[in-house]
Amino acid sequence: MAVAAAALGWWGVPLGIFAGMLRASVPFLFVSLGECLTEKSGKINLGLEGALLTGAMSAYAVSYLGAEKWGLAPEFSPWLGVLVAGLAGMFLGFIHAWLSQQPKVNDVAVGIAMIIFGSGLAFFLGKPFIQPKAPQLPTIDLGAWSSLPAVQSALKISPLFLLGVAIAPLMQWFFTNTRWGLMVRAVGDSPDAARALGVSIPKVRMLCIIAGSFLAGIGGACLSLYYPGIWSESISSGQGLMAVALVIFARWNPIQCLWASLFFGGAQAVVPALQAVGIDQGRYLFNAAPYILTLLVMIVTCSPKRTLSGAPGALGTINS
Amino acid sequence: MALSRSNWRSVAEAIAIPVGAILAAMVLFGCFCFLYGKSPLAIYGAIYKTAFGSWRAFQGTLLRAAPLMLTALCTALPARLGLMIIGNEGAMVMGGLGAIVSGLLLSYGSVLPTAAQVQQPLGLPPLVVHIAMGLAAMLVGGLWIGAVGALRHYRGVNETISSLLMNYIAIAFLNHLVEGPMRDPSSLNKPSSFPLPEMYKLGNIFTTRIHYGLIYGLVACAIAYVLIQHTTFGFASRIAGGNVKAARVAGLPVGKLAVTICFLAGSCAGLAGMVEVAAVQGQANSSLITGYGYSGILVAFVARYNPLAAILVATLLGGIINSGGILQRTFNMPDATVLLFQGIVFLMVLFSESLYGRFKVFKEPAELTPPPPVTPAGSAAAT
Repeated sequence: MAVAAAALGWWGVPLGIFAGMLRASVPFLFVSLGECLTEKSGKINLGLEGALLTGAMSAYAVSYLGAEKWGLAPEFSPWLGVLVAGLAGMFLGFIHAWLSQQPKVNDVAVGIAMIIFGSGLAFFLGKPFIQPKAPQLPTIDLGAWSSLPAVQSALKISPLFLLGVAIAPLMQWFFTNTRWGLMVRAVGDSPDAARALGVSIPKVRMLCIIAGSFLAGIGGACLSLYYPGIWSESISSGQGLMAVALVIFARWNPIQCLWASLFFGGAQAVVPALQAVGIDQGRYLFNAAPYILTLLVMIVTCSPKRTLSGAPGALGTINS
Repeated sequence: MALSRSNWRSVAEAIAIPVGAILAAMVLFGCFCFLYGKSPLAIYGAIYKTAFGSWRAFQGTLLRAAPLMLTALCTALPARLGLMIIGNEGAMVMGGLGAIVSGLLLSYGSVLPTAAQVQQPLGLPPLVVHIAMGLAAMLVGGLWIGAVGALRHYRGVNETISSLLMNYIAIAFLNHLVEGPMRDPSSLNKPSSFPLPEMYKLGNIFTTRIHYGLIYGLVACAIAYVLIQHTTFGFASRIAGGNVKAARVAGLPVGKLAVTICFLAGSCAGLAGMVEVAAVQGQANSSLITGYGYSGILVAFVARYNPLAAILVATLLGGIINSGGILQRTFNMPDATVLLFQGIVFLMVLFSESLYGRFKVFKEPAELTPPPPVTPAGSAAAT
């Protein structure tokens, strides 16, 4: 991509950022939607970073083993990997959901523990899969009309991206228009009212956290099977953690999670795009831009007097 | 918590539950080792031998425990005030940067010394340079986490998330400085700052191979303990941590307390960065990102935010980290084994939090049975 962008001259910069938006946003999208669902039920899950890494590892491992050892078709095994990644995320989500609902246990602390445990698990089990090459997910080429290879490669879209784009409005519709969505919001906003309605708070939270971690696991599969499409111990640059900030940025709204993910994905692509045209100064500072931006947004929008608009009311309260 | 006749049950509970959690974690981790085809007993034996088996081995453990004691305080102190800070790694990196900048300035007069300046160092006494480096590191680390506390109090920004984001910012800042403005042109493969002159490196205690960082860690933990448990400042912090509203009604300056305690917490982590620069690396580069910050969070949790217990827990965890190499070399286990073990311990310790007060053994008998029966339990049941 870098070479092609160079051939385009300065036009390569916006094109590179656009391509990055479509690629690098996918894990952000899945993890932030998962975090959004989790937080809507009144619990915070910092441990999605662990689910993301475990998902990335298991997707890659299953895709590789499926094609090489179990004799599956190379078109099929990556998809099996995506499914297993989601299941691995659910497993970690179950631990988080169960542990964070024990009396006197702080969900933020559990999240930190899950980051350490999830990444430890992923690196421990994933060591043998760093070398081999696993079959990747197919892409949908929307750029065939163009003769420019840069445009063609920029428009290679992952089906998972389209899936994520579809999930965002679906989740919004789920929250606003369905009985179950109302239950989730009630549990997250005023647990007492939900309890009065006869809703089981632990069950709703358990399901939301598990479903959210499922999405995070799929987000991990995007990393290892689509972009950058490798498995290594440094594959995640904290996307799972940034999701927490991203959800605040998006004000707990799934549609806005989509825009925020595109924005963060684009921001990550600024550095490679500038490098392609020969600007290499301060690349670390550019890389830190999303974090600085998130912090600034939080500083500007937070207030000690009131909670953020859109924030679930029960967020950050301790179990009785 | 001094032991007396009346509270031995709660003391026993406070010891038995974390120890039980760690034992349970060891059993679980043993299952992982077993699945990996290794004997858990052999692995624990090797961990014990490389971490605590001999004085020489134990020195290595203490070397790793020293920064853990300091970074643990970065989480433990604000936790007493009800703040969950996880920016230890960032504060440590910033402290390391503060230390190297002040160290280079005081030895050469510039962070980018010319060849002539390297030939003619300023020649200040090492003690002066060490104190200056320590103070600079504590100041920078303290401001870094103090900002988190201030943002929390004055803007309502969640301190956990902001301190986490600031970890990434600090690491990016370090990478930027050592690759650009502070880079030693002779560091080719691994961009680094100029090295400290050998005479200003932090020495070892007597004839051991333990550097003075261990003393810093022990002293900092002791001071933190006295500060929290035996001063009015600590008392006010604990009140505010227990109930902010009550503290406000009582007229305590909650905001000042929060910012001060965050500053102190950050300065401890910053000092850990100075130790890493002055005693281990001798310069600033990406090796400053050690992971001690994240492990420090674990130490603080397991120690239940008690600075004295943190010394013990840091030594234990230092031993486990120390034995990571042997697991890799002798048993051919992945280097993430230690990380996995830490994760399991962390989860188990958190679960054990919910167990306090659930065991009848640790409850005062007076709470269980209604007052009268002073007679032995057997005869009381018989009547």
